[in-house]
Amino acid sequence: MPNVSVNGIVIDDTFAEAFGMRATAIIITAPNRKWARQAAITMTGFATSVIGCGCEAAIDVELPPSATPDGRPGCRVMIFAMGTDELQKQLLNRVGQCVLTSPGSACFAGLEGSAALKLGSALRYFGDGWQISKKIGGRHFWRVPVMDGEFLCEATTGLTKAAVGGGNFFVMAETSARALLAAEVAVAAIGLVPGAIVPFPGGIARSGSKIGGKYKGMIASANEAYAPTLRGVVRSELGADINAVLEIVIDGETNDAVAAAMKAGIKAVIELGPKRGAVRISAGNYGGKLGKFIYSLKDMLP
Amino acid sequence: MKALTFTLVAEPPERLDLSLLTAERLAGIERRDFEKIRIGMSKHGSKVGDIFRVAGNNLLDIVFEGGSARLDRVAEAMRGGSVRVVGDAGAQAGRAMRGGTLTIEGNAGPHAGSGMRGGRLEITGNAGDHLGAPLAGELAGMNGGVLIVRGKAGAFAADRMRRGLIAVLKGAGDNAGSRMIAGTLVVAGGTGEMPGYLMRRGSILLDRAPKSLSPSFVECGAPESVFAAVIDRHLIAEAILKRPLLGNAPQKYGGDNAVLGMGEVLFPR
Repeated sequence: MPNVSVNGIVIDDTFAEAFGMRATAIIITAPNRKWARQAAITMTGFATSVIGCGCEAAIDVELPPSATPDGRPGCRVMIFAMGTDELQKQLLNRVGQCVLTSPGSACFAGLEGSAALKLGSALRYFGDGWQISKKIGGRHFWRVPVMDGEFLCEATTGLTKAAVGGGNFFVMAETSARALLAAEVAVAAIGLVPGAIVPFPGGIARSGSKIGGKYKGMIASANEAYAPTLRGVVRSELGADINAVLEIVIDGETNDAVAAAMKAGIKAVIELGPKRGAVRISAGNYGGKLGKFIYSLKDMLP
Repeated sequence: MKALTFTLVAEPPERLDLSLLTAERLAGIERRDFEKIRIGMSKHGSKVGDIFRVAGNNLLDIVFEGGSARLDRVAEAMRGGSVRVVGDAGAQAGRAMRGGTLTIEGNAGPHAGSGMRGGRLEITGNAGDHLGAPLAGELAGMNGGVLIVRGKAGAFAADRMRRGLIAVLKGAGDNAGSRMIAGTLVVAGGTGEMPGYLMRRGSILLDRAPKSLSPSFVECGAPESVFAAVIDRHLIAEAILKRPLLGNAPQKYGGDNAVLGMGEVLFPR
């Protein structure tokens, strides 16, 4: 099938290729929205890519007081990793260093999964013997004394093995500003999709990569085919009208969540139109042989 | 299948042991033999048929129509299904139950829910002394499940409790939560002398300051408490209470420091 054009934007006849991952979710609450977000943002810092961070994490959705277990404002945070052991390690390190420490915070399970990951049942040792175990309505909590009162933390949270990491698409524009605007509207739209996160800074990656490189030990390196400054020198994927490419990378609780997020993001870019935003949309893949999940762009159109 | 219903014909002439009339104990007995089960505890030796009119056959839905303070050990050690007493129950109702629901639409005698490990026991009227507590010589009290008393409870409610939730809504007698090992006791409507006497761990949650506390309890401030918010919401969600009990920053007293001292008495300021 040749490339199609929707609302003046060229949609490449290609697909995104994604991988199976392990994921978990927690709900962080705080006395107000500012501090719920602060704890969530801190614990999801330096969590853009499993290549160098050990996990990929971000806020999934913000929760109003009516939707949290303690009636305070909260955030649902999702964490993705390649294996259960690494996910467990990242979860405890991040909650221990970034949520336990954040003023007024509390932490609850955010996922009912096929297996349990330790949360409060490991962090309770911070209490040094003064921690209190409480079972309330079938849920197990630990209360750990801290300097502003108590850190309440659910004993475990769920793990899902059905998570998908690496759903993506590229927005390609005539200027950097237009590419950025298109990517921003896509991220905003994906923010409304439950169960999907965009872990890069502000949800956007500019250094889309290829596997390996010419230097020994590089796991990933510059994707020169999409670098506009190399357009004339290498076998480029970019036409004469493209001067900036940004990538949206999506991790989802399920295959469906990733597809829904891609659809929502692409729809927003198309609605923005080529004059203000992207003139072309593409996606990254490895020829379809490595990833278990394939998202064809023509199936993702609104 | 219709509920297995035992309708009380007249006030029993003696105390009755109803522990045989649960789904588990009746399972191996033919339906036509139910009337022959001996339940009288004295020389009368009353049988089920002498005291009750029996109808229905659903063992998982047992109803005692008409109550009496002489109906002891109702639903003892039940594991599932439901038992409902329309009227009063005697001593040790729901003792050692592990699952299912027992509802007493009246008053219960002493040792209701004694040593229960699971399930839900709700008493719409008052409960006697030693609610959920061990019998003399036993080491452990309530060890799981939910026990709700809509009326008053007598002395030593939740004695030696280790796990689970007891809620008393119209006040408890002296020494509520004495010797608690862990678990949660909720009392609205006031407590008698020295709640939490010799408690090791566990939580006693009150709707007002206790009128007396053992001097071995110490004041522990009133920081904001997420636990208070979570338990308040749980009690309302379970239809145990209609409005929050503790609020966001309850006053805490820690004790009993005559023993381990890791228990707490919380109440709104």
